[in-house]
Amino acid sequence: MTDDKKTLIIEGKEVEFSNEPNLLEVIRKAGMNVPTLCYRPDLTSFGACRMCVVEVEYPNGRKMINSSCTMPPEAGIKVHLNTDKVRKIRKMVLELLLANHDRECTTCDKSGNCELQKYAEEYGIKHVKQYAQREVMTKIDDSSCALVRDNNKCILCGACVRACDEHQGLQVLGFANRGSKTVVEPMAGRPLGNSECINCGQCAAVCPTGAITINSTQLDDVWNAITNPEKKVVVQFAPSVRVAIGEMFGLPAGENSTKKINAALRRIGFDLVFDTNFSADLTIMEEAHEFIDRLQNGGKLPLFTSCCPGWVRFLETQHPDMLDHLSSCKSPQGMMGAIIREYVPQNHEGFTKENLVSVSIMPCTAKKYEAKREQFKMADGRQEIDYVLTTQELGRMIKGAGIDFATIEGEEPDSPFGKYTGAGTIFGVSGGVAEAAARTAYEVVTGETLQNVVIDDMRGTKRVKTVELDLKGTKIKVKIVNTLREAEKCMREIKEGKADYQLLEVMACPGGCINGGGQPQSCNDSNIKELRAQGLYKDDETGEWRKSHENPEIKELYAKHLEKPNSHKAHELLHTTYVNKRTNCYISVGE
Amino acid sequence: MALNIDIKQEQANAQQHIKEQGLRVLVCAGTGCVANGSLKVIEKFRELGANVSTLSDYDKMTIVPTGCHGFCEQGVLVIIPDKHVTYVKVHVEDVEEIFESHIKNGQPVERLLYKDPKTGEAVHRNDDINFYAKQTRTALKNCGKINAESIDEAIAVRGYEALAKVIEENNPDGVIDTITKSGLRGRGGGGFPTGMKWKFTAANRGGKSYVVCNGDEGDPGAFMDRSVMEGDPHKLLEGMAIAGFAIGADEAYIYVRAEYPLAIKRLRKAIADAEERHYLGKNILGSDFSFTIHIKEGAGAFVCGEETALIASIEGERGMPRPKPPFPANKGLFGRPTLINNVETLANVPLIILNGAEWFSSMGCETSKGTKTFALTGEVNNTGLIEVPMGTTLRQIIFDIGGGIRGGKKFKAVQIGGPSGGCLTEEHLDISMDYDSLIKAGAMVGSGGLVVMAEDTCMVEVARFFMNFTKNESCGKCVPCREGTKNMLKILEKIVAGKGEMEDLDRLEQLALTVKDGSLCGLGKTAPNPVLSTLKYFKDEYIAHIRDHKCPAGVCTAMKKITIDPEKCKGCTKCARTCPVGAIEGTVKNPHKIDQSKCIKCEACLNACPFKAISKG
Repeated sequence: MTDDKKTLIIEGKEVEFSNEPNLLEVIRKAGMNVPTLCYRPDLTSFGACRMCVVEVEYPNGRKMINSSCTMPPEAGIKVHLNTDKVRKIRKMVLELLLANHDRECTTCDKSGNCELQKYAEEYGIKHVKQYAQREVMTKIDDSSCALVRDNNKCILCGACVRACDEHQGLQVLGFANRGSKTVVEPMAGRPLGNSECINCGQCAAVCPTGAITINSTQLDDVWNAITNPEKKVVVQFAPSVRVAIGEMFGLPAGENSTKKINAALRRIGFDLVFDTNFSADLTIMEEAHEFIDRLQNGGKLPLFTSCCPGWVRFLETQHPDMLDHLSSCKSPQGMMGAIIREYVPQNHEGFTKENLVSVSIMPCTAKKYEAKREQFKMADGRQEIDYVLTTQELGRMIKGAGIDFATIEGEEPDSPFGKYTGAGTIFGVSGGVAEAAARTAYEVVTGETLQNVVIDDMRGTKRVKTVELDLKGTKIKVKIVNTLREAEKCMREIKEGKADYQLLEVMACPGGCINGGGQPQSCNDSNIKELRAQGLYKDDETGEWRKSHENPEIKELYAKHLEKPNSHKAHELLHTTYVNKRTNCYISVGE
Repeated sequence: MALNIDIKQEQANAQQHIKEQGLRVLVCAGTGCVANGSLKVIEKFRELGANVSTLSDYDKMTIVPTGCHGFCEQGVLVIIPDKHVTYVKVHVEDVEEIFESHIKNGQPVERLLYKDPKTGEAVHRNDDINFYAKQTRTALKNCGKINAESIDEAIAVRGYEALAKVIEENNPDGVIDTITKSGLRGRGGGGFPTGMKWKFTAANRGGKSYVVCNGDEGDPGAFMDRSVMEGDPHKLLEGMAIAGFAIGADEAYIYVRAEYPLAIKRLRKAIADAEERHYLGKNILGSDFSFTIHIKEGAGAFVCGEETALIASIEGERGMPRPKPPFPANKGLFGRPTLINNVETLANVPLIILNGAEWFSSMGCETSKGTKTFALTGEVNNTGLIEVPMGTTLRQIIFDIGGGIRGGKKFKAVQIGGPSGGCLTEEHLDISMDYDSLIKAGAMVGSGGLVVMAEDTCMVEVARFFMNFTKNESCGKCVPCREGTKNMLKILEKIVAGKGEMEDLDRLEQLALTVKDGSLCGLGKTAPNPVLSTLKYFKDEYIAHIRDHKCPAGVCTAMKKITIDPEKCKGCTKCARTCPVGAIEGTVKNPHKIDQSKCIKCEACLNACPFKAISKG
């Protein structure tokens, strides 16, 4: 039998398969589906929920029930998706899970978006009182500013445990205890806020129920600020928000909603709407020059990008000895936070240092943590950014405000911090920061105009990319990784003296910010992050400018206020410092 | 391959060494007998022997601490093979009498001989003890006969001869063929053909692969594997080395639960001794074949007996089963091809190599060849570890070897295969004990636990007991097992508490079937067996609990009512004085009465009453 001719039969239909990792993928490819609560295409198959069981009939007549997410497809088998036996199993699995579940669905963050709820409806589950009910409600862990864990909603599918391990290599979450006493929790039962968690939110992104959700306590605070006539509320939103939020309103993944977001934010009541893409351009100005400076003057290399707060916390807690590699540039959110505080009261009437409230909309849960950093505290004790909401929370706000996002007419952002270049917009996808930096660095180093701005080898959601660049004689090597599991390998490489690259771009989430923990949930379809990435590339392609230093508002900012990249004023506003957090993090346990 | 050690010569030397020991007195030093004080018995014998140079026929005496004889309830066992005698229940105070009377003066000590439970008479020759006489001991052949901590004693009984043979012949495929032809099937429970498993693993020869011995014996009351590891560790090591040679592995792990400290100690010593003598380690017997064995102590989770959970545990991960396929033969320990066999399976391997596949397949029945060890416990006269040919009937085991039911009670049921097995009844007494017949009857060979139950056993309570075990031992990974066992236990607890409803029976059965069909690993797939088999054969007992609020066996406390028959009561006050909670009232010479609200149903009064006036129901 040749490789390309393998077939099996699903519900009477002959289906070809080749390199699908499991039967479930073959079933989906054939346009059919089975329910699952624990399978995630980007994680290893776990086989725990037993919802995807199917009845398999072998050519010799033998029949067996197996979970399709773990079974490799075999030629010649007949697969039955909905036999009495498998339906009974699925139904009872749902009943048993629900019996042991905190069924306060109406007040659950996941209500309407919960996979358990969805299947309970599809399978017509009506009574679960006949089974052992959850006896003791455990305390909700809201110790983290980014995430909330509610074990009363946990169905032990292990997706969060796998995400934390397989993406980030951190194993912050793990299983404890045995049998029906099993729980998921950070090591030694510590609260998440006091663990090694880097707040990336990938656990929440794969959670089928409301067991791990985004900490959205600031949503009310933002509404309060907006409705308070004394306050002037300024908002910024990050690159990848624009290509994902539409999914919450039935728009296709990857569709660019920049202008719709501008309009929606104004209708909600924000007083000024800026774009984090602008400060991404600003980051490039600072970071590209920092890189060139280090390269030319014997500074610490490889230089690490510093836009990703999960990655920064990872270094501070796991590799504090590597902090001098990290760029001193604040992230785009941080830079925008600083310039809003500094210049909005100067530029806009009615805005004062006291009445200004700064909000940012991020695809990222770790940004909530970043905004609370000591280094981002102002002289009066307030944080430069008051509140951080995720894409998901913005979606909820738009719905709550009664705005029809799908049809709303687009608007332009406020000026001066609203214009952006293609370099700024691709920050949202892995490789984007490096590509944007290369565009500017090339022109700065060579003094020539870069004709072909796209660096294909830096693109795509692949976890590791290495690219060599020739800046007219100056050869540099750039390594781009996403997920901290890969970043950890780089740290080892560097410590062992095996790293031959000068720039390391790291984004903690698989694929970059487009797949951040605060984005609309997309864990059942790996294709969505590709579509979002394409959305950003398209934004780059169709924009008016493609290099950060061409952004007219950036030029204006330097001309009027900052003088030049890495100037004294720029350092004061746009650069930051890092601290060794290892000692704070590793308390007593096992040591 | 050429060998530079002559195994036959080694054997002759070892046998000579044993001859020089003079009169051998075997004292069981298995876990059971050690608990009964056998170390003191050994010490006392040695003390006496050291001072005496004249024995009737021997110039000296050697005390041999052995592994388990299997007859644990009669421990401490002292066997003097040359005098064909077995002493039972020996205490340290008895040693001097045995020594003076029998060893020095040839006069057996009658009172310490085994008494046949049926006739009550002392059995003088150990061959006549039914418990041993009706067994066929092959895997356990040396257990209790040799000093388990001496490699010479193992070599004297042909230890490592089979390994030398396969290395010398250098035909790994031939070894696999022999195992296949022998019909050996996995002794850990599943009964998968061993030769086939070896073949699948050997198909991946070339790279790194492993042999893993599953010694995570977790069934309550089962101790077959422990006995082999404690009593004849070299046989296991030899079996593993042969397996390694056959499949092309050079490294192995024995996974033993930490609750088996003696087995671990003896295995460690055996590995060290074998490495020193070049029976293990680098260049075995001077050949190119190297084989290293590590010991991995498990923390005692029942689920780690499941092969994929065991692999995860060796790797340092949480002991949770992984979905199959991929099977360990292709992707096992550290992602490498891995052969996992149970202790007893591997212990059979050297015997098959030495005696031939035909010898092995001549024992047993059509589909299940060879012998199988069982841990016989419960309400039988002779409990202990036994080995019988596959296909032996339950009747032969319980009534011949086991000596029948204790106290003349009536046989009710037997639980086979531990918490994963099922309950069989009187009608099954004559079915053949083999893999397929037992599965058909709703039980399984499992690891070989046999719990015999008499008429006064409550089958609902039995189901509850096993369900409590599996519920606690479920790893918590898959929903049917984790939630299903919990719910089944809840229902069973409700029924034994007298609060059951008829709908509970349907619910229980539905749960059992879902857990069986839907679970991820063998633990969950078999966990409902005790429930399903008792529901099948003893449904009337469930119904009696629910509808009549009665426990027919009088076991379930909630439904027990202890009463005094006023006609029979003479008012002796003994019951009132015995009652620990003051629940019995009455005056001298007048009938007494039990205050049911105070009674804790301990039955102390029932046993105390001299007039049999108190009954339970």
